[in-house]
Amino acid sequence: MMDFSAIIPALPGLADGLLMTFQLMVLGVLGGVALGTVLALMRLSHNPLLSKAAGIYVNYFRSIPLLLVITWFYFAVPFLLRAITGEDTPVGAFTSCLVAFMMFEAAYFCEIVRAGIQAIPKGQMGAAQALGMTYGQSMRLIILPQAFRKMTPLLLQQSIILFQDTSLVYTVGLMDFLNAARSRGDIIGQPHEFLIFAGLVYFSVSFIASQLVKLLQKRLAV
Amino acid sequence: MNYNWDWSVFFKSTGIGSEIYLDWFVTGLGWTIAIALAAWIIALSLGALLGVMRTMPSRWVSGIATVYVEIFRNVPLLVQLFLWHFLVPDLLPEPLEIWFKQDLNPATSAYLSVVVCLGLFTAARVCEQVRTGIQALPKGQLGAARAMGFRLPQIYRYVLLPQAFRIIIPPLTSEFLNIFKNSSVASLIGLMELLAQTKQTAEFSANLFEAFTLATLIYFTLNMSLMLLMRLVEKKVAVPGLISVGGK
Repeated sequence: MMDFSAIIPALPGLADGLLMTFQLMVLGVLGGVALGTVLALMRLSHNPLLSKAAGIYVNYFRSIPLLLVITWFYFAVPFLLRAITGEDTPVGAFTSCLVAFMMFEAAYFCEIVRAGIQAIPKGQMGAAQALGMTYGQSMRLIILPQAFRKMTPLLLQQSIILFQDTSLVYTVGLMDFLNAARSRGDIIGQPHEFLIFAGLVYFSVSFIASQLVKLLQKRLAV
Repeated sequence: MNYNWDWSVFFKSTGIGSEIYLDWFVTGLGWTIAIALAAWIIALSLGALLGVMRTMPSRWVSGIATVYVEIFRNVPLLVQLFLWHFLVPDLLPEPLEIWFKQDLNPATSAYLSVVVCLGLFTAARVCEQVRTGIQALPKGQLGAARAMGFRLPQIYRYVLLPQAFRIIIPPLTSEFLNIFKNSSVASLIGLMELLAQTKQTAEFSANLFEAFTLATLIYFTLNMSLMLLMRLVEKKVAVPGLISVGGK
């Protein structure tokens, strides 16, 4: 039968794994939103070259699996760095995975940000420019703050998905929460208990977070 | 960049039998498609059932479907796959457990696990699309069907579902594409689908950029062609007067 008592002494190690999972998520979201915003502005720009380039980027990353992107970057980033700097630059699996997440999620965040910007009434831009603001100023001071407020629930929802997706770093052996649970379970000889525990933790975090997002959505909608 | 590109690598012998690397990609793509299609059948049928359940007047019925959706949406796919592949077989009655672990070859058992896992995982998402589709229909449809004397199963079969499914083709398409992408998790339980074959080619031939580029191209082409195909289907089955599709 199942015996979950072995999990208690393993908790510190599992907490380390969870910490890495959260780090990947938070940094991935920050980088993804930043890059995604740039891409969204490019997509909405009147310059056909910029909007085409951003469109290709988004289509490209949305049509390949995240697992492939992670593996690609894991192999390619150290190689590219060596080609650029001319010497061996040690770059850990963590950095490779983080770059992969940022670039992959940027494609998804781009679509959210774009929809957010497009939801702002056109008059806002007109009014800003009538006040003498430049395009950059009106985006930064008028449009984006409103757009981000509108799309906060969607951005958070996507972040919860990213939280679950970080488990895919398992493929390159990074000690995130899932891998920490798997390896400890294997060492102790109770893989099932640790796997169930991992599932429960992922579930609780995502479930509670998505309920909070729903609450927030209601509040922001008023 | 001091990298020797060599695109002829795909036609070189793998050193195993008379296979060339391209054969590996073909086998891998075959597995990927086999996973995606089987899982899609499960996802679509179970998802439709759950979606209908969520719109039922009975609190119990819709509650069960809600619990299902919450569980399957809030646990990472990879964790679910490990649960199906490593835990569930141990919980089966003994003859089944022995059959799964010893009689089946590892590729078949991994295939079964990933199909069940992806099917049930995607069903939760299909359920939400079906529910949205049903709820998006004008209320009058339900009332009119009732007034005609239809019973509840008939209302769903003849009035609500045929319309709902036609509205939700675009989101269903992206779920279908997601199944193809998500099938790559099978590489983590040892099934030699497209991603696993790509990694193997990269390791055996040391031509990792070519291998990953080819894999990327295959996934990309697969996605683009399915998307175009579904756009045609969508136009063909659009509900007249209800929504405009692809610029009418």
